[in-house]
Amino acid sequence: MEKILAEARKVAEEAEVFYFSSEEIPVHFEANRLKYIQSKQTTSVALRVIKDGRIGYATATNKKDVRNLVDAAVETAQFGMKAEFEFPSPASYPGIETYDHAIEEVSTEDMTGLGEEMIAAVRKDTPDLQCEAEISKSTVSVSLLNSRGGQADYRLSVFGMGVEGQLTRGTDILFVFDSQSSSSPITDTGTITGSVLKQLEYAKNQAFIKTGLMPVIFTPLGVASALVQPLMVGFNGKIVLEGSSPIGNKLGQVVFDKKLSLWDDPTLEYRPTSRPCDDEGVPSQQTALIEKGVATSFLYDLQTAALAGTRSTGNGGRHGGMPSPSPSAFIVSAGDITFDDMIADIREGLVVEQLMGASQGNILGGDFSGNVLLGYKVENGKIAGRVKDTMVSGNIYQLFKDIAAIGSEARWVHGFLNTPPIYLSAVSVASK
Amino acid sequence: MAHIDIIGHQLADSLKKHNADYIEVHLEESQSSHISYRGQKLESINKSTAVGGNIRAMVRGGWGFVSFNNLSNLPKRVESAVKQAKLVSGRKSRLAEVEPVVDTVPSGMDSNPVLLPLADKKQLLDGYNEIIWSTPGIQTSTINYGDGHKKTIFFNSAGSYIEQERMDVTLRLAAVATDGNDVQQVGLSLGSRGDIEAIRGIEDKVEELSKRAVELLSAPQVKGGKYTVVLDPVLAGVFVHEAFGHLSEADFVYENEQMTEIMTLGKEFGGASLNIVDSASLPGLRGSYKYDDEGVPATRTYLIREGKLVGRLHSRETAARMNEKPTGNARAINYRFPPIVRMTNTYIEPFTTSFEDIISDIKEGVYAKNWYGGTTSMEMFTFSAGEAYMIRDGKVAETLRPVVLTGNVFETLKNIDAIGNDLDMNQGGGCGKGGQSPLPVSNGSPHIRIQNCLVGGK
Repeated sequence: MEKILAEARKVAEEAEVFYFSSEEIPVHFEANRLKYIQSKQTTSVALRVIKDGRIGYATATNKKDVRNLVDAAVETAQFGMKAEFEFPSPASYPGIETYDHAIEEVSTEDMTGLGEEMIAAVRKDTPDLQCEAEISKSTVSVSLLNSRGGQADYRLSVFGMGVEGQLTRGTDILFVFDSQSSSSPITDTGTITGSVLKQLEYAKNQAFIKTGLMPVIFTPLGVASALVQPLMVGFNGKIVLEGSSPIGNKLGQVVFDKKLSLWDDPTLEYRPTSRPCDDEGVPSQQTALIEKGVATSFLYDLQTAALAGTRSTGNGGRHGGMPSPSPSAFIVSAGDITFDDMIADIREGLVVEQLMGASQGNILGGDFSGNVLLGYKVENGKIAGRVKDTMVSGNIYQLFKDIAAIGSEARWVHGFLNTPPIYLSAVSVASK
Repeated sequence: MAHIDIIGHQLADSLKKHNADYIEVHLEESQSSHISYRGQKLESINKSTAVGGNIRAMVRGGWGFVSFNNLSNLPKRVESAVKQAKLVSGRKSRLAEVEPVVDTVPSGMDSNPVLLPLADKKQLLDGYNEIIWSTPGIQTSTINYGDGHKKTIFFNSAGSYIEQERMDVTLRLAAVATDGNDVQQVGLSLGSRGDIEAIRGIEDKVEELSKRAVELLSAPQVKGGKYTVVLDPVLAGVFVHEAFGHLSEADFVYENEQMTEIMTLGKEFGGASLNIVDSASLPGLRGSYKYDDEGVPATRTYLIREGKLVGRLHSRETAARMNEKPTGNARAINYRFPPIVRMTNTYIEPFTTSFEDIISDIKEGVYAKNWYGGTTSMEMFTFSAGEAYMIRDGKVAETLRPVVLTGNVFETLKNIDAIGNDLDMNQGGGCGKGGQSPLPVSNGSPHIRIQNCLVGGK
């Protein structure tokens, strides 16, 4: 890395080298049985230069190929954006535990055992359920070095597991699923299997729902599949800077119901989304985005922050390309109403666990619209059964102005979101 | 590019020595460049190179898979793939027999798009961006251009050794309009097998999409419910991909008795004029190739013929399990993943009806054009249109906000009651499955009409 930096400095004013390597072992079950054991070794190196005031960028999988990497970065710099920022000088980073040595001790046999345990548990009373499962562990190491002396090195451990069941009756197909992740090994499969068993129970009967506006509860999985993506876009500093976020000019204003608070948090101990600094070497911090309905901040990387005349929130993330504002983990504050009480409150309505294709529409404008892949009808305060051939549509900027209730039971979903259920009183439902 | 050639030949000879039923190796070298614009300015431009590979081993039906960027000490990685496979072994999986192939397949292109001067690419994109920005009412734009050149080497313990090269060019443009509270965007996706000419000369289309984004701000949203829906060739292509294509991928079926029953060959899925084909052997499309990632020659597979299910897409493993012929549809997005059953170029064959006749007797319906996205759970699917209009009294009427359509595959294909004569293939698509996205595919269809289609709305 030092060599790449040194070579780059010979031809450019400033340079930054980012190195990423990972070892991942996924164990995959198909049709209820072990199918694959894999191991995946990945390395990549990215060089960002500032030459004649402009940004150049190149990546490679081989960090020994210094010449080509430097040449490519310099070549792109002729056309790159004007750099409005400086690479961060040495900084002290918050001490966040992101690596659990215990992960090294987990054997493939242990992981296979967890998969078998999950599948046996969810099939216990539903032997026709056909399951896929994946258990994976990975260790990641990240290093960053820039020409202003900024430097970061950290390791990350990630353990994840998930199970999906498919129940086919005639041409009717039911899908149930859940997953969990942590920086530490997960040894108890009960959380996931308990959740999947509950889905099977709720979906046991079929129920028919009418078309119209009605109360809808989004479970944490439902929030992740339908509602969170427009928020991730709307609070992205870059979208705000371009003027295409509907809340971009509403900082400090009440935009949502006062029950709603949301923040981004890469500082939680032993979470796969945590890190001492972002991918540009800016220290990690909690960033409040919505406080009691008021829009309080947006997410920034270095360049976007400089263009917007503000400071980076430490949200520069790389997804194979140049850093850009990226959420780490979104946390929705919990309310005080249990899921059961929400259900009891509804005479006729819907619970959404998974909305398929929700993010195909105009996310930028806050729209979501999708087919209910897994959802249940609520009738007279009780879950009546699973709905099919049903679409749910809406706009979060309209719907979140008036939230009926936010649940008390928050949980992690897909590793990047911690949320309780959200209960909205009038959402558009279309059904056959 | 000599590097992986040398490694490949060295390793190929040793594969038979291992105690495994089957071993295959993929080695890959690629270069790519990407240019993106957000707003008026070029935002990022980068060049990448990657070298990597994987080894897949099967022992008594169990699979081991090792992927890597570091190409040193590959015999040891073969050992570890075999060891993993042994831990899994005990399944009944086997592989359908195919003849070993030794072949070299050039890209078929004279020039490599990655090597074209960045200045030329930028000039082309600058031109399109200026068109978007010269449209009154536009708030911002996004442009994503990418090109790539990839060389892959595949060899296995049965003696196959195949080198293939391919190039790829993609362009996605979007114009965003706002009026304070509301945001609307219209996009366009194009692609080709490396010929940059395919994305030149689209100034008219760019101007049209920019104007449409502004118009959408004042367009009404459709009322949710059931409609007679007419799909244009682009969207009907997405529809056939989502609604039926994925269901015909044998890995969804081969180990599931109930699914096998649903997907029995000969079963009626649609009317007599419905024919659906998947073919990687069509020349020059983004889903085309000579050999798939298991070294099986590409084929042309009828999935539905005259309304009846007549075929499905296979890997060697699914074909053996279902006692059917392999179709050469095992594909991996890159060396980090094992090949799985995927579509290639999927389309509805044209019939005889003209567009005018398709809409002439619709009293109230929706005309949906252009794709935004789509996804499926096999039984249910959903896909969204980039453009939509009401149809009133046989004519295309007012513009609507983009619509999302959904349906149940077992009903919806039967509800197709008119198929046009104007087949067109869209090259801008990318498909995701099993964490592997976007895989280059193309989809196509003539205009089609679907009765009783569920449309999401107010």
